[in-house]
Amino acid sequence: MAKRTMVQALNLALRQEMAKDDRVIVMGEDVGLDGGVFRVTDGLVAQFGEQRVLDTPLAESAIAGMAIGMAIYGLRPVCEIQFSGFAYHSFHQLENHAARMRWRTQGGLHVPMVLRAPYGAGVRALEHHSESREAYWAHTPGLKMVIPSGPRNARALLVSAIRDPDPVIFYEAKALYRAFREEVPDEEETLPIGQARVAREGRDVTLITYGAMLPPTLEAAERLHAEEGIEAEVIDLLTISPLDDQTLADSLAKTGRAAVVHEAQRSFGVGAEVVARLMERAFYSLEAPIARITGFDTIVPYFSREKHYLPHADRIAGRVKDMIKAV
Amino acid sequence: MPRKSITPDTDLEQMSILDADGALDTDLEPDIAAETLLELHHTMLLARRFDERLLNLQRQGRIGTFPPCKGHEAAHLGAAAHLRPTDWMVPSFRELAALLWRGASLEQMLVFNNGFNEGGALPPDARTLPMAVPVGSQMLHAVGLAWAAQYRRTDEVVMTFFGDGATSEGDFHEAMNFAAVYQVPLVFVCQNNHWAISIPLHKQTRTPTLAQKALAYGMPGMQVDGNDLLSVYVAAGEAMARARGGGGPTLIECVTYRLIMHTTADDPTKYRSEEEVKAWLARDPLPRFQNYLKNKGVLADADLSAIEADIENRIQAAVTRAEARMAQPHDPLLMFEHLHAERPAELERQRRELADELDVAAKGATDG
Ligand SMILES: Cc1ncc(C[n+]2csc(CCOP(=O)(O)OP(=O)(O)O)c2C)c(N)n1
Ligand SMILES: [Mg+2]
Repeated sequence: MAKRTMVQALNLALRQEMAKDDRVIVMGEDVGLDGGVFRVTDGLVAQFGEQRVLDTPLAESAIAGMAIGMAIYGLRPVCEIQFSGFAYHSFHQLENHAARMRWRTQGGLHVPMVLRAPYGAGVRALEHHSESREAYWAHTPGLKMVIPSGPRNARALLVSAIRDPDPVIFYEAKALYRAFREEVPDEEETLPIGQARVAREGRDVTLITYGAMLPPTLEAAERLHAEEGIEAEVIDLLTISPLDDQTLADSLAKTGRAAVVHEAQRSFGVGAEVVARLMERAFYSLEAPIARITGFDTIVPYFSREKHYLPHADRIAGRVKDMIKAV
Repeated sequence: MPRKSITPDTDLEQMSILDADGALDTDLEPDIAAETLLELHHTMLLARRFDERLLNLQRQGRIGTFPPCKGHEAAHLGAAAHLRPTDWMVPSFRELAALLWRGASLEQMLVFNNGFNEGGALPPDARTLPMAVPVGSQMLHAVGLAWAAQYRRTDEVVMTFFGDGATSEGDFHEAMNFAAVYQVPLVFVCQNNHWAISIPLHKQTRTPTLAQKALAYGMPGMQVDGNDLLSVYVAAGEAMARARGGGGPTLIECVTYRLIMHTTADDPTKYRSEEEVKAWLARDPLPRFQNYLKNKGVLADADLSAIEADIENRIQAAVTRAEARMAQPHDPLLMFEHLHAERPAELERQRRELADELDVAAKGATDG
């Protein structure tokens, strides 16, 4: 096994799927010679040629719309949107067509496409390069929304997304792109979409998170253990939609307390959905209100203030302590 | 019904006045007062030196990622030179000299580029919109401003800027079409620098010029040498006069080159050759304009060193002021300001949540 960053792991997934299946086409702005601005597609054009790796003109609506046509034809387009902040142009095509084609044609046509985009804050970027708007996609019936949290699951989930018969939005935390390396096997590996994973076992409280918020949540869990003897169970969603509420309810049955941690703004978001599902599915397990530890309902501030916007281990641990002391 | 070719009834022209070798077409040379020529030169040089300083600061980790503009100065300044204070400018993100011409503050730009929202604050009567990061999106705002200016029966004109890559976005086509349909007083200025990050122009469009896209919308288009301030100045002057006189919008394509990386996060050696960059360095708009001024007797070498010194002082003073300002404690709670005219209750609760957290942290720091 080789140690790989998330960028390298995603590159491996694309390379292997392209080698295996000539229906897989990579397309997007600067994905060719440049290898994508984060280098996820590095070397693909050299290996597979310009027919398989399309450096598109600058138009995100066109990238998504064209991918829909390719997918209907039977190809497996994997679109890269340079930053998720520019995927709103694609939203029109995804909401109005990709997400509905199977439904509209009563199963006659389907759209097996993937739209990858880097999301999230913490990299000292300009405006529009830091948002975490996964809720827009998760809110759209007909789409799946996946957010990996490390190199190994990123690779396995991307392979699954490419093979999925329906449109998958695949957000990659740019803060994790090169944050650490993990063993990622050369051999094929997939992970089921729609399944969360227990990242740390615990009996006192369930912390539910995903993407770039996994490391600070795990850090908070370690701190709670060391400082208070509180054992937090940490659940890494991996897929936002469809939401694996069974894993969440099972954990809550054990712990009785939960908090959701995400960097997206708080209102009307993934946290709200998780809370609602747990109210519906695990109400009688609850010993305390479920907390949302999230970004604020503001635009992500420019980078000098970013650290105050993003949930960090101190904030997460502090809120969990308060929650447990309050009861 | 015969079959015949159709001749578009709008103009499409190409123009170059002062070429890279310094040859001047005196028939086309505009009559610009010496004083204005010197002001234009001063702004162009200030933009170049400030851009260099920003790059230095970025490399030292003293500011964040930004898009340098080396090579584009004539392309946007020659056009913006026609804007009156009452006119509107709608930029993208590579128009430093035009922003300086319109009075932008070096200090504010430094603060902005170092990740402080305070740097986005505008002077009260600003008629220059903020930088637009989503490529091409701003052009539609320009159409709206121009429509409103016409509705109010003013003689104001709007000028908007964008790159070659932006012409692929739907927003560009929609803006061109709306502007022409409503015949609004608007000048579209495309800085065609041949690259959209790593995508060369020939992969962006099949047409040999960008100016010709004007024909499809029914407006005049002109392609000019964007490294020749005089060409841009003349083309934009005509377009502004047409717009002000009720003649509707124009597309001007300024052919130029990005002599530097796309942004400070980009590595252009991945996608373009050293020779190409060298060839364009020989067509650098700044020395071309300086030689013109010298040949004309408007600028002497001695003046130039005084101007350079003056610019250096101005930049240094701005850096000192900006850094002093940024060294002051800056309130994290500012992120809750200016989201709405009136802050909703839930947002106020969240603001207090952060305020409490900061209080506890501060108390912990003093106790500890
Ligand atoms: C809608 C949108 N898509 C993608 C990007 C990322 N991006 C920033 S600049 C750029 C290239 C722009 O090229 P061009 O319009 O030629 O302007 P230039 O940078 O050359 O001045 C891209 C793809 C963006 N900012 N906005
Ligand atoms: Mg360009």
